[in-house]
Amino acid sequence: MATEDGGTQLNIHPMDQFVVKVPSWLGGGDVGMFSITNAAIWMGVAVVCIVALMVLGTRGRAIVPSRSQSIAEVLYGFVHKMVEDIAGKDGLKYFPYIFTLFIFILVANVVGLLPGSFTTTSHIAVTAVMAMAVFLGVTILGLAKHGLGFLNIFWIKAAPLPLRPILAFIEIISYFVRPISHSIRLAGNLMAGHAVIKVFAGFAVVTLISPFAIGAIVAIYALEMLVVCIQAYVFTILTCVYLKDALHPHH
Amino acid sequence: MAIEGDLVQMGAYVGAGLACTGMGGAAVGVGHVVGNYLSGALRNPAAAAGQTATMFIGIAFAEALGIFSFLVALLLMFAV
Repeated sequence: MATEDGGTQLNIHPMDQFVVKVPSWLGGGDVGMFSITNAAIWMGVAVVCIVALMVLGTRGRAIVPSRSQSIAEVLYGFVHKMVEDIAGKDGLKYFPYIFTLFIFILVANVVGLLPGSFTTTSHIAVTAVMAMAVFLGVTILGLAKHGLGFLNIFWIKAAPLPLRPILAFIEIISYFVRPISHSIRLAGNLMAGHAVIKVFAGFAVVTLISPFAIGAIVAIYALEMLVVCIQAYVFTILTCVYLKDALHPHH
Repeated sequence: MAIEGDLVQMGAYVGAGLACTGMGGAAVGVGHVVGNYLSGALRNPAAAAGQTATMFIGIAFAEALGIFSFLVALLLMFAV
């Protein structure tokens, strides 16, 4: 993609920002098994931000909370209510794991929006690990809790008998594609959003349309701010739904 | 007129572009879910807050089918 415009070469490489590499101030070179890449660094930044918000923010335990304490409390209460509403009271035992997923995805997404940063959650390798962990955990939990009764989620009692084998077939397919859609939804949304911002940033070098391009970057950045929060919410709420299926397979 | 170059790769790229049209269907589905939620919510605003989670679950399920077409496109681009 290269167009001539008044002598400036228009080079748009929207996918370059997703390349995993060892940053130059760490020596550069090839990515090996244990090398510290930009992905690892920004994941670490996300974890440090979470610890700063949740541990240091709530350290005071004031009756009238400070700003950081109230943010931490709102996030905690929000996820706690979501788990309780969807997965039920007995799902609250798994609340720490779900809250960990939520806060990591949210903070990694928001940190990834900083200019020049690397979005760890835009890589399917990262989201697939989280989705597979949820899928395997929920399946093992369901089988351990209900034994073969867990298979009732494929055999829908509410449907007429001749329809049940067909529905069972569809249900089995939709059960096993869960980790795929769960992981690609998050990674795809973030990758697409960041690539679009980069495309408009490429247009900004053309003098004629640069005001429009910069306005578009601002607008899409605001949209992305919304999208990253909604995607963290959707990932968490789907985890709750899967957990509910494992805890109460017959309904 | 002879066609030069890698025909298989061209086919894969054209197929990837075609597969992405399936995401338009997901867009229609998500719009349908949210539109119906909104029309219901405006009729009975008191019940709207309790159904937001259901709406997001519905969006996620509608979107999943668009994700499969995106997955096919990705596979054609990078795996085939």
